[in-house]
Amino acid sequence: MPDRSAAGFSQDAHTETHDPALLHHFAEPQQQRDAASLGMWVFLATEVMFFGGLFCAYLVYRRLYFADFAAASKTISMGYGATNTAVLICSSLTVVLAVWAAQTARRTLLIVSLIITMLLGVVFLGIKGIEYAEKFEEHHVPGASFSFDHVPIPGHPGQYADPHHAQLFFSLYFVMTGLHAVHMIIGLGIFLWLLTMAWKRRFTPEWHTPVEIGGLYWHFVDIIWIYLFPLLYLIDRHP
Amino acid sequence: MSEHASAKSPLKGYIAVWIALLVGTGLTVYAATLDLAPYNAAVALGIATIKATLVALFFMHVWHASEKLTKLVVIAALFFLLLLLGLTMTDYATRLWS
Repeated sequence: MPDRSAAGFSQDAHTETHDPALLHHFAEPQQQRDAASLGMWVFLATEVMFFGGLFCAYLVYRRLYFADFAAASKTISMGYGATNTAVLICSSLTVVLAVWAAQTARRTLLIVSLIITMLLGVVFLGIKGIEYAEKFEEHHVPGASFSFDHVPIPGHPGQYADPHHAQLFFSLYFVMTGLHAVHMIIGLGIFLWLLTMAWKRRFTPEWHTPVEIGGLYWHFVDIIWIYLFPLLYLIDRHP
Repeated sequence: MSEHASAKSPLKGYIAVWIALLVGTGLTVYAATLDLAPYNAAVALGIATIKATLVALFFMHVWHASEKLTKLVVIAALFFLLLLLGLTMTDYATRLWS
């Protein structure tokens, strides 16, 4: 189905027959797709640096206060973290299914995949919310009511973690997972928009750039979590 | 996308990558319960990097990207990230020398 908003320019600007899905300034659809995904990759490169600063701060303090970080890491639930990793991996699968469905004009599969992706995203945020609630109850949220007294350091009987250093771990934990969660919420917004576009039959095998670009974003957010999970949840877990 | 052009269904590959990612997650959790002394972090980060590479290459289609510039952007992003982490650590890791 031709899409005038995708074509962008009025058809009478030039006389030759013109693919309505192809913007005026591109030679062919492949070039148009490549340009769009290249632009998204450049944005993702800036996101790598954005999160990179936090990973760098994490690395510096983990090295300095390893024992305290290990003690603090033990108080967050490995089960929730692992479950959320699996949830995001499954959502990445439904995203590639959505992109494939858009490429091959399977509207039902596209809509179902987008809905499942969003549901998995909501499950992820729900589990994150339960985790955050537990941290508030345990007074492990950095601030005036932070408390981390007499928490043993794993592998060192009789030694307790320094609350100040543990607070540093939880600051990094909340900022890194919080920034990731913000990205998830933005991703849900993007996918809601993709869903309405798919519902209105806007996507065709010739033009489904938003599905591909939105998919790249979702996978990137998944990759960030793939690193956050072992770094925050799995420090020195062995008995 | 080359899958689109070649009309071959990429579904089997997607399912295989998905299973590999789930297995990798299980492996990370299992490896964390073992005492590998100084290598726990290396193993965890190694598995995470393999998982991230699988997502980028196959789910994000870097492997089949027809545009070489895409690969250049990915490599440039990784290069500058390693520069940030590497140079910072050469500073912090050597500060206590006297």
